[in-house]
This record gives sequence, C-alpha cells and structure tokens, in this order.
Amino acid sequence: MSELTRRTAADLAQLLSSGEVSAVEVTQAHLDRITEVDAGVHSFLHVATESALADAAAVDAARAAGEDLGPLAGVPIAVKDVMTTQGLPTTAGSKMLEGWVPPYDATVVRKLREGRLVMLGKTNMDEFAMGSSTEHSAYGPTRNPWDLNRIPGGSGGGSAAALAAFEAPLATGTDTGGSIRQPASVTGTVGVKPTYGAVSRYGLIAMASSLDQGGPCARTVLDAALLHEVMAGPDPLDSTSLTGGYPDVVAAARAGAKDGIAGLKIGVIRELHGGEGGYQAGVLARFDESLALLTKAGAEIVEVSCPSFTAALPAYYLIMPSEASSNLAKFDAMRYGLRVGPQGVEGPSAEQVMAATRAAGFGDEVKRRIILGTYALSSGYYDAYYGSAQKVRTLIQRDFAAAFAQADVLVSPTAPTTAFPLGAKLDDPLSMYLQDVATIPANLAGIPGMSLPSGLADEDGLPAGIQLLAPAQADDRLYRVGAALESLLVESWGGQILDKAPVLDAKTLEAIR
Amino acid sequence: MTSLSQFAEVLDYDEALAKFDPVLGLEVHVELNTNTKMFCGCPTEFGAEPNTQVCPVCLGLPGALPVLNQIGLESAIRIGLALNCSIAQWCRFARKNYFYPDMPKNFQTSQYDEPIAFEGYLDVELEDGETFRVQIERAHMEEDTGKSLHIGGATGRIQGAEYSLVDYNRAGIPLIEIVTKPITGAGERAPEVAKAYVSALRELLRALGVSDVKMEQGSMRCDVNASLRPRAEDQDSVPLGTRTETKNVNSLRSVERAVKYEISRHAAVLTGGGKILQETRHWHEDTGITTSGREKSDAEDYRYFPEPDLVPIAPDAAWVEELRGTLPEPPARRRRRLQGEWNFSDKEMRDLYNSGAVELVEATVAAGASPLAARKWWTGELSRLANLEEKQLSEMPVTPAQIAQLQALVESGKLTDTLARQALEGVLAGEGDPEQVVEKRGLVLVSDDGALGEAVDRAIAANPGVADKIRAGKVQAAGALIGSVMKEMRGKADAARVRELVLERLPVDAPDA
Ligand SMILES: [Zn+2]
Repeated sequence: MSELTRRTAADLAQLLSSGEVSAVEVTQAHLDRITEVDAGVHSFLHVATESALADAAAVDAARAAGEDLGPLAGVPIAVKDVMTTQGLPTTAGSKMLEGWVPPYDATVVRKLREGRLVMLGKTNMDEFAMGSSTEHSAYGPTRNPWDLNRIPGGSGGGSAAALAAFEAPLATGTDTGGSIRQPASVTGTVGVKPTYGAVSRYGLIAMASSLDQGGPCARTVLDAALLHEVMAGPDPLDSTSLTGGYPDVVAAARAGAKDGIAGLKIGVIRELHGGEGGYQAGVLARFDESLALLTKAGAEIVEVSCPSFTAALPAYYLIMPSEASSNLAKFDAMRYGLRVGPQGVEGPSAEQVMAATRAAGFGDEVKRRIILGTYALSSGYYDAYYGSAQKVRTLIQRDFAAAFAQADVLVSPTAPTTAFPLGAKLDDPLSMYLQDVATIPANLAGIPGMSLPSGLADEDGLPAGIQLLAPAQADDRLYRVGAALESLLVESWGGQILDKAPVLDAKTLEAIR
Repeated sequence: MTSLSQFAEVLDYDEALAKFDPVLGLEVHVELNTNTKMFCGCPTEFGAEPNTQVCPVCLGLPGALPVLNQIGLESAIRIGLALNCSIAQWCRFARKNYFYPDMPKNFQTSQYDEPIAFEGYLDVELEDGETFRVQIERAHMEEDTGKSLHIGGATGRIQGAEYSLVDYNRAGIPLIEIVTKPITGAGERAPEVAKAYVSALRELLRALGVSDVKMEQGSMRCDVNASLRPRAEDQDSVPLGTRTETKNVNSLRSVERAVKYEISRHAAVLTGGGKILQETRHWHEDTGITTSGREKSDAEDYRYFPEPDLVPIAPDAAWVEELRGTLPEPPARRRRRLQGEWNFSDKEMRDLYNSGAVELVEATVAAGASPLAARKWWTGELSRLANLEEKQLSEMPVTPAQIAQLQALVESGKLTDTLARQALEGVLAGEGDPEQVVEKRGLVLVSDDGALGEAVDRAIAANPGVADKIRAGKVQAAGALIGSVMKEMRGKADAARVRELVLERLPVDAPDA
C-alpha cells in the first residue's frame, strides 16, 4: 500500500498544491489500493479507472498552466451510488437501475467536478438507501474493514468502508435517518449530516424527500469540513435548498482544534443515553470517556431531556415509507431501467409489465417500505398515521428547541452498538431499525449532526461513535466541538483510530473469497 | 351493470325536466400560456416533434426535482382574483398518486385540500341577456400529464390497443383546474347555462391573457358533472342525486349537448326504476351520446399528501393586491361599454359575442374602421368563410388591421364590394395586405368612360330586348345590363358609372299619354 493512501485529504491537498505529488500519482495510488482490497471489502459498485486518471491528468495540466484551482483539486473521492453522475452508471444499489447511465449530474456531483476532485467510482449502499448494514444492496454486501465478517453500517456502508480501507480519502453520503452517521460510527470514520437544505438534493435519488440530506464522509473532522464546504450551497434546482445561512465550517474546524471549547455548554440527551435503548456497554464507556475529556477541556456538561424522542422511531417509520412509496413509483419500466415481462403472458399490457418489473426489480426491504407507506397514506388511515407522525415531528422540533436553550451542542452515542456480524439482523427488521434510534431525531427536525470515533469498545475491540447535534444552520458548532474532541481523543490514543485497525493482508482477504 | 347503462334509452328532454331538477358541476382545465413548464425550464410550444420538449424533471428521471414557475403562480392568482375568489395566504402542492404510463413520476403534482384560490363566482350572461351567477368552489394549480396515443384498438383507448405511444412534451405544462359548486336552479336552461359558463370563462381567461383557451387544441378542457333530483315545491331541500362525470367535452356546443344528453339519460334510468352509477363517462362528439367509462365505486385512492419537494406558497398580500390592479375590465361590463360606444342593438351585440368577434371588431375599429363596417365584415363574409372551413373566427389568417385597410379601400371608392371580397380572398391565401393583393391581382376599379362606354355599347347590342324595356321606362331593367358589363369586366367596373352610362345611352321615350 502506498503511503499516499493513508494521508488525509487536507495533507493531500497540501502536497498537490506544493507540487510534491501529482494528482495522477495520488489517483493511481488509490486505484491500486482498490484493486488490492476491494474484491474483499466491496466498497465499490463501479470503479471509474479511466475517467479518474483522465480527470487527474487534467488537474495536473491545469495546475501546471497556473490555473486557479479549488482547495481540494486533485484529491480523489468516492461517490455514493445514490447520486447521479453523467456518464457513470448509477444504480442506488438496486437491480431496478442496473446499467442505467444518467444523462445529468447531481448538483453535488457538479460541484465536485467544479472543485476538480477526482471521482474514483460509485460506492455500494443498501438498495435506495434503505437499511443500516449495506446488506440490502442488490449487488452484495460491503464488509467492514475492521472485521470482514461484520457489516460496515448503512445505507452508506460503501463510502464508510472505502475510507476505513484507505481506498479513498473522501466520500459522499446521504442521510435520511442515519445513513452517513451510523456507518461512520461502526467504521471509525467521520460523517456529517448537514442542516436540511444545506446540500442540494437535485440528483440524489430520493427515498424520503423531507428527510434526505447529502453530506461529507471522511477520516478527520477537518477533511469533512473541507468536503462540506464544496458540497453545500444554495441551488435554484432544489426548492428546499437554503438561500442563505451557510456558516464557515472549515474555519470552525480549524478553530476547534486550535482554540478548544472552554466555556461551551454540552447537553447530554437523557433519552439517548443508556436505559432501554439497548446500548452496548463498551459504546457507553467510550461515550462517557469523551464527556470526561470535554469537561477537562473546560466544557460544561448539562443533562437535557427530549421526551418526544421515544416516538421518533415510529414516526420516522410512517413518514419515510410514505414518501418513499411515492418517490419510488417512477420505477415502472416505461422510460428507463429494468423491464421485465410477466411470465407466460403473450403481449403483456403496460400494467402487467409495471407489476412484473416492480416485483422482480425491488428487494424485500424496499417492498416492505413501499407497502408500509402505501398503507399509511391510504384514505381513512392518513390522519391516524401520516398526520400523527407529522405532529410528532413538531414535538421533536420543540424538544430540540428547548434543549438548545440550555446547551450549545447536544451529544449522544451515534449507534447503540458496534458493527454486528453480517446476517445477524437480516431477519429482524425491527432490531435493524433500532440502529438508527439516536440519529433519526435530527432528520425529523432538520438539524445537523456529526458522528466521530469515540474509541474502541472493550468487549469486541470495534469502533464506537459519538454524535454531536447543533441547531439548524449552526453546522459550524459541530465542526468546532468535533475538531476539539477529535484532537483530545487522538492525543489520548497516541494516534489515529484507524491505525489500530487490522491490516487487510492477502490472507485475510483470501479467506473471504 | 355497465352494459345496461351503455345502451340506456333517453327520455324526451321536456318530459325529463317536468319530472326532475338538474344539478350540474363543471370542472374546467386550462393550460396556461407560460413560456416554460410548471416545474422545469422546458418550452411549452404546441405541436413540436414528440418528446423534444423534455428534461430530467418532466421525464421524472431519478433524482430530478421540481421548481415552481413563478409566472404560473401569478397567472393562477390572477385567475382566482378575476373569479372573485379568496387567495390562500398559505397553501401547498400535493401529490396525487396513481400509475399510468403518461405520468412520468406516477404521481401528479397538484393541489388537494389547500387550493391557491377558493370561494368565488362568475356571472354569466345567457342568450336572452339574463345573468346567471355560477358559484366557484376552487381554482388550483397542477401539471398536465403526457399524451398517450393508443394504436390498434377499436376504441382508441388503452384497453385492447396493440401498443401505445407516449409524448411527454405535454407532461408538466401548467394547468389550472377551475371547479364550480353544484349549479342549481338552472332548470330547463341547464344546458344553456353550462355552455354560457364555459363561454364566459373562456372570454375571461382570454381577457386575462393567461391562456390560449383553444378547446380544439386541448388548452381548455371541460368535464361535465350532472345529476337529477325529483321536482319538489321546496327544491333546495331535496338532496342531490348520484352524479356522473362526462370527461373531455371539448367544444361549447358539445358542453350543451352533453348536459342535455345526460339529463335525458338519467331521467330514463330513474323513471325506469333504475339507479345511476357514480362513474365517469366518455363523450362521443360524432353520435352525441355518452358511454360508460370506469366505475368510481371502488373509489380510487390517490393517497394525497403534501409535496415534500416544493416549499409552501405564501403569496405576499401586497403582491396579491398589485396583481388585482392588473385585472382587465370584466368582459360583461366591457361589452356593455363597447355596445354603447358602437351604438349596436342588444341583438347585434349578442350575435357579435356569440360568434366570438367582440375583440376582433374592437381591434378593427381601433385600426380605423367604423363599428358598423367592422361588424359587417366579421359577422358577414368572414363568418361565412370560417363556417365553410370549420374554423373559429380568431383562427382566420387575417388581422383586424387588414380588415380596416380593406374597408378604407372600399370607402375611398377604389374597390367595390365584389372586388373587396376578392382582395380578402387574396389576404386569406397569404398574398399579403389588401393593398398588396389589389396590386398583384390588378383589382383596380375601371371608371374610365372610354373602356366602360365600349362595354356598355356591347351589352346594349347583345340585349336589344332589355334596351327596349329601359327606353319604355322600366329603368330597373338596367340592372341586367350593368350585370352583363360587370361580368365582362370581371367585377372591376365602377357600377355607379356604368349605370349612368347605360341611362345616358337609353333615354326614356316620351310617354304616350
Ligand atoms: Zn422539462
């Protein structure tokens, strides 16, 4: 493995701009790493070797010509397969879109191209981002680089694993109920769900429009901030995009690492701290350690209560499937994607083809949610289900408002457990859904959240994560506190957490195949 | 059941009205004439090559998002104001979910329980000058679907077709749906009221300049709801009967006929002891009957919910008032004003209105013609030609300015009526303005005595009998000679001068007595 692949994006940007390395070298190093490990890890659904090298060469040429380039120009990035990429296949992890090459770029992807980042390829995910383990991908699961027999989280398991396996220094994600933060938590990486509306949803294949939010995935808080800055911004193509109020997250990350957090008030959410949540002891121990570090650094820890959070999961599982059932109706074989004729029917009708295609093209979890949502929106049930769930959403927003009156940021463990073994929860959707119990409230309220590694759980030696939450449009607070905590933790560990991950050698990888 | 209603007898209309009180409801869809579609930047021009005015948004490609056309919203508000409606201070779009190949997303972005405009009325003038007030329930915004062409079936419907073609150029065209409250109290004039309402609505929308309102091109489409209830002393206390909805009744004459047909059909069913099925029905322009469509009893469930991809609409009150200031003079009031200015009788004005020529006459007068002459042209020769070609007056390829020019040529004596009609023929054939046609076709009036005198001499020589009659004092017989001269000179002779020349040459003999 080339040493270049272990560098942070910030370091690589520095090396590139000073001319110590070329974008082609950096890109080739990562492509080599992908070749080396991805047959075992399966982070990628599509590796764009040719276009990545061509893009890298173009960056080098532009730099040689003295062009003014963005801060991350030439840094490689892995893109979650839920984002449309003109000229590159986009499947959202579904058979329904196998082989589909979009004729347009998502706004986020356009911004990556404008920032001259080098797209290495598209990362694996639960089908249409529905899941917490990436086992619901129609193209097979991604494995956790910490233990190849365990899940990397989901839905963005491919992006998180690519970071943890040093296949990419940066990746993109989308977070509807925790799909950026929970994978970050179980892979020892950093993931941020920005304020709803901060990152354009144009070109992000929708699961639940009112909850979906794109965001950065990285190995350090500063790297996440650098990518956040590229991805965020107003977009006339997305009506729900924020027109203003974009804080300087990079400055916040640098300030947090340098100036610390003395005097900041940090609220621990009682309802997301132990109790009946099924939290693993090692996860809670690492969380409490982080609190102790923050206290030592001069922060004041207060306890806050958000009583409505107990209704968050049920409300989420009404709103999300309702919107998804409608968003996924477009996959009907009429204009693009999979088309399946019903068996034994001569000259089938459009309706029969639609039905047969949807039966064959969607996986079980997707069908489960479509059925749930269709039911919840049905006349006679709407008020009891969708209507009530929207009221819960208002209550959760009020709980957050009250909590933020007492604290600058809120904290909780990101996920209740460390990575579980592949297959462990596949037959138990409810226990799978519980993985997101701590991350869902932020989506329901539209506020930003970050997960960063809090250490390794004693019982299994696997990474645990701590979640930071801030008020809407105060994403900078996450970066300030996150960077401060990160530097305290790294100091206490004596190095990056991923340095403790097992080496992915030929023998380990061979055992998987 | 379906087959029974398909071949239902009809009751004599007068008999039907003696027994039953008809109640109507009209739903009119109007395509706005915005330059771009409701939720994307695609052009809206009518008649383009199929599927050339499409983009990721209106094709419903994965990831694409809608953005509201502000001009569409403005038109919707102006329509609402012109219909004396209240304008919502806050409202949303909703998704109407159902599967159909011409709907790219398999949901229509529409408005459900929060229309932009509600609770208004439109005063319509009936043929005898009486005014009937139609209450408006709501006017809401939505997008049009694509257009399906079903090939190979007997009915032109999707059932039984061999294959279907879909043109998505129409998908996403802005529509306003205007829905009346139940129209009661029209009695035997119900068909006339329906027609007058659609006609008045069309006139209003045209005056607003928000739509082409061409029923024949589908930019204005009408669904007719009808029900009957038994006649009673206290008619308002009798509950409404079961209604049927006759779809796509797309001409004024058809609206009247369809209402009349449905009243007669309902009456026959009810008189025969049958029940009216709540269903949609198809209108057959050629035979003038309706046939059963799909039954509505299995109540289609559209699973409406607020569209999460669009932000709520909250039109600023000052802006709404500003738009109120842009409303045109109400058409009925304007017509009364013009009638006074032009000094037309009630009947003359009504005929003008019924032939759709008010604006045309107004423009012709503005271009310099007298009201009398302008009316004569549009309701005379042009109406005749339009009838022959089965066109609307407004579709005739001649402008009011050209008619005014034509009339000026007549009044200056350069053209006779006959020559003027020939000049008009040239204009309609695309040969240019009247003056150019006169030039090209050589339509110059001959008043030169030399040429006319020779022609008169020839006519007298050829008709000795007629000449004798004139000499004998039957001066009216001169008409035959004038006609003969005109024929020889192909209408280009100055008829008045010819008459003088004839009488000069054939002086009346001194009376015998
Ligand atoms: Zn379009």
